[in-house]
Amino acid sequence: MIKQLLVGIAAGVAVLGTASADDLKLGFIFVGPKDDYGYNQAHAQGEAGISGLSGVKTVDEAQVPETVAVEETMRDMITQDSVSVLFPTSFGYFDPHIVKVAKQFPDIQFLHCGGLYADGKTPKNVGSYFGYIDEAEYICGIVAASTSKTGKIGFIAAKPIPQVLRNINSYTLGAQTVNPKVSVQVIFTGDWSLPVKEAEAANSLVDQGADVLTCHVDSPKVVVQTAEKRGVYVTGYHANQSAMAPKGYLTGAEWDWTNVYGMYIKLLQSGKTLENGGIPHMFRGGIKDGFVKISPYGSAVSDQGKAAAEAAKAQFMAGTMVIYKGPISDNKGKVVIPAGTSMDQKDPGLEKMDYLVTGVVGSTQG
Amino acid sequence: MSNPAGGLGWLGVPLAILAGAVRGGTPFLFVSLGECLTEKSGKINLGLEGVLLMGAMSGYAISYKTGSPWIGVLAGGCAGMILGLIHAWLVLRPNVNDVAVGIAMIIFGGGFAFFLGKPFIQPVAPQLPSIDLGNWSADPAIRAALKICPLFFAGVALAFGMHWFFRSTRWGMFVRAVGDQPGAARAMGISVWKVRTASIVCGSFLAGIGGAYLSLFYPGSWNERVSSGQGVMAVALVIFARWNPVECLWASLLFGGAQALGPALQSVGIGGYYYLFNAAPYILTLAVMIATCNPRRSLTGAPGAIGTGL
Amino acid sequence: MSDPEASLSAPIEQPRVAVADAGTTPSAAFGFRWRQRLEAILIPAGAIGVSLILFGVFCFFAGANPLAVYASIDKAAFGSWYSFQNTLVRAAPLMLCALCTAIPFRLGLVVIGNEGAFVIGGLCATIVGLQLPNGSPLTVQIVMALTGMGAGGLWILLVGALKYYRGVNETISSLLMNYIALALLNQAVNSWIKDPSSLNKPSSYPIPDVQMLQPIGGSLVNWGLVFGIVACLITWFLIQKTTFGFQIRVIGGNIRAARLAGLPVGPTIVIACFLAGAAPGLAGMVEVAAVQGSASESLAAGYGYSGVLVAFLARQNAFGCILVSVLLGGLLASGGILQRTHHLPDATTLVFQGIVFLTILYSESLYGRWRFFSEGKA
Repeated sequence: MIKQLLVGIAAGVAVLGTASADDLKLGFIFVGPKDDYGYNQAHAQGEAGISGLSGVKTVDEAQVPETVAVEETMRDMITQDSVSVLFPTSFGYFDPHIVKVAKQFPDIQFLHCGGLYADGKTPKNVGSYFGYIDEAEYICGIVAASTSKTGKIGFIAAKPIPQVLRNINSYTLGAQTVNPKVSVQVIFTGDWSLPVKEAEAANSLVDQGADVLTCHVDSPKVVVQTAEKRGVYVTGYHANQSAMAPKGYLTGAEWDWTNVYGMYIKLLQSGKTLENGGIPHMFRGGIKDGFVKISPYGSAVSDQGKAAAEAAKAQFMAGTMVIYKGPISDNKGKVVIPAGTSMDQKDPGLEKMDYLVTGVVGSTQG
Repeated sequence: MSNPAGGLGWLGVPLAILAGAVRGGTPFLFVSLGECLTEKSGKINLGLEGVLLMGAMSGYAISYKTGSPWIGVLAGGCAGMILGLIHAWLVLRPNVNDVAVGIAMIIFGGGFAFFLGKPFIQPVAPQLPSIDLGNWSADPAIRAALKICPLFFAGVALAFGMHWFFRSTRWGMFVRAVGDQPGAARAMGISVWKVRTASIVCGSFLAGIGGAYLSLFYPGSWNERVSSGQGVMAVALVIFARWNPVECLWASLLFGGAQALGPALQSVGIGGYYYLFNAAPYILTLAVMIATCNPRRSLTGAPGAIGTGL
Repeated sequence: MSDPEASLSAPIEQPRVAVADAGTTPSAAFGFRWRQRLEAILIPAGAIGVSLILFGVFCFFAGANPLAVYASIDKAAFGSWYSFQNTLVRAAPLMLCALCTAIPFRLGLVVIGNEGAFVIGGLCATIVGLQLPNGSPLTVQIVMALTGMGAGGLWILLVGALKYYRGVNETISSLLMNYIALALLNQAVNSWIKDPSSLNKPSSYPIPDVQMLQPIGGSLVNWGLVFGIVACLITWFLIQKTTFGFQIRVIGGNIRAARLAGLPVGPTIVIACFLAGAAPGLAGMVEVAAVQGSASESLAAGYGYSGVLVAFLARQNAFGCILVSVLLGGLLASGGILQRTHHLPDATTLVFQGIVFLTILYSESLYGRWRFFSEGKA
């Protein structure tokens, strides 16, 4: 009888063993804390959203700097935690760290949040994903301009890199469809997370007459709270910050990583990989594909604002909206997109953006 | 482009600097006064950065839990005191180096603050009230700039009070004696250990309040990056102020204003070189130190026992 | 031979050393001053043991099983050749950075400018290295190393000169120089030397792959480790066994006596500070040439500040810096597993480091407390 018991236990363990061997093990790496109310939290929420799915197990590590530390974390996740797909979420992990480790582990897939995959140069087991959050910013710009009474918007940004400039420009172009004379003033703080500078910038912008604020920093918490304190409006970024600004929060540009990771899991669970071509190396999308979304409208948004925003959203969902349609000039007067040309979201030219469009007050030079 | 209608235009820059001096300078003020007290007794406390973070976290957490920001401020001070006790206990033992303990306390205090503070990043805690000195003006910008926290006035009073304390009271003399000539102080019957412990603990209390100000007034939010190095800079500030509490006040205002300079200039269209602007307070301090120091005098005002391990 | 119940000051199997002989007759079994050496090993080891216990208590309250945590830390830091390599990778820059505090301390100066020297060294090494795109790898690496050392050296030389010739407090000036170095790095990689194609992560142009410092053999560890160990050994030798080192120690002991004795105090301070800064400058070059491949803001990784701590924990002993760096490397390497396996928040590793450092610093005060360790005193 004992023998049968043991056989039964062994069989049970074997079944469990195979069940866990079939589980998809994913590893997430964050450059900052998981609860920064911003970039990293958005990814962590995405991970939390999919970790309950059947057949999926996740491990994560936060506060991993962009040095040898992340290489070590990736290797540890692969060798110690048997992770088969890695999601290093910070932009700066790619070069040289992901490239180096990916070459050492050709059987593991590395899905990087960013747009750096270069066909022919990047190892085949590396893929990129990113969301066109500037589409959500476009809609936020519409809402901001329709709510603003002074016609001045303040934008607090970290650094003048293409991703940030694209957000600023899309926001402005959206705002200009409602109010062609709107002015978006930009202050660059210099780094991704500098609360005191962000607060100073917010206050300076409001002093200069801005009555809607927004930002592109790692943790929009300070900007949102400062806006509420000064009694101006604010649109959020990365995640939903409406709880912090019940009166001033209009809407926000959010990531929907749960959706994106869910899509990846479906592909992975059906046996598709980067190597066999089942998973595209560049996996990106905007509002239509569910990569990004806008927060629910706040109480201060007027009906016209909502209508304009919904109209634009409908165009995105139908795939007919083109944000970067010529003629567009930069704020120094130079024509950057000639009349008659339009740049689709996937256009690599947009990845190299180094200008601010007319209507933006500020400079890209550091 | 640089004078949009409805805004202050160029006037905005001095206004921002003034406002920044007061609201950005208050944490510098409290932390530097605390460090000044500690250093007057002969010990350097580099660990105030950790105290600042613990103060910010506990202030925010207690304010959230109790609904009262002032209790939060008190909690911040008490958290600072606990860290100060640990620091004092270690540093007053033989052969233990203050700089090393200070750096270890930054790591320890910071780590504890982040660990315990995780559940408090999401919620919004009640903030400290402000005294509205600007209501005479119709301009919202001026009104906002002149919203000053009562803690600032407390800090100013404290600065003058400490100056009087060191100059004219018996206890102040004990602190100075212990800091200048611990051997002589011992001979006078003063317990060097007691005075130093009290100075370090009180100094940390003040630094904890400075931290609570960060999370409960300006920038008014708790997350892990709320400090911009005020705790570490306080040590430089105290030397810059030559261990004089009233000069600590002016120096704090200077540093607070310097922090606001970069964003204020950008808001009127002078962009560029913002990294160098961000380093402006440090370059300024170094320049002033080079200009005013003298190898022969070797820093008047410095407590004699600092750095000697006595 | 000896009675085990004999007084505690007499160890087993060790002939009693008479007071008069203490220090002159090497004892038969363990060698000269073995008690002091034992003390120097047992006290730090005991401190680490106590800190592990304290951390275990912390983990218990944080909801993790302390024994499982210990097993993980061992596994992640020292348990296998793979994890030991991780530890060494983390330890390598720390050894060089620690020297920036250890050398000036001998002069009586407390310098914490390691981070600034690291960053400046890495930045300048990159700028110069990029000027030689067609050089042979060895040439480029040597040039970069010399540049890094020179730049870092000059940075700290400034601190020492300001102290000696202007009376400016070196702790504060080196701290301020750190911030200035960081601002220069950011300004440089964001505009002056920015590679236009490094759009979303501003960096300098990259060093060509073939010119980069390669790992040692097939391991994960790069040559920076060797540089670190060699630099520490050279420093130890320099300070303990050369005239120059002797001068340094005299100045550190009593600067007025040194002046009266006619020692060239100013030049000694200046040269020693240059050497102190050259070490983290070299570490900065290694970070660029072996890890990052270009200069970017990731260069400011905090190794400098960790170096200060390592120097103090190693009691400013260059040889001790090697051991403490490995210890700290192990602590850092174990941070990840605490999060992934035990679901402790990321701040736990900071608490762990804080506990270890504070206990070791506390243990500094225990030297000389127990008679057992005093040499042959009655």
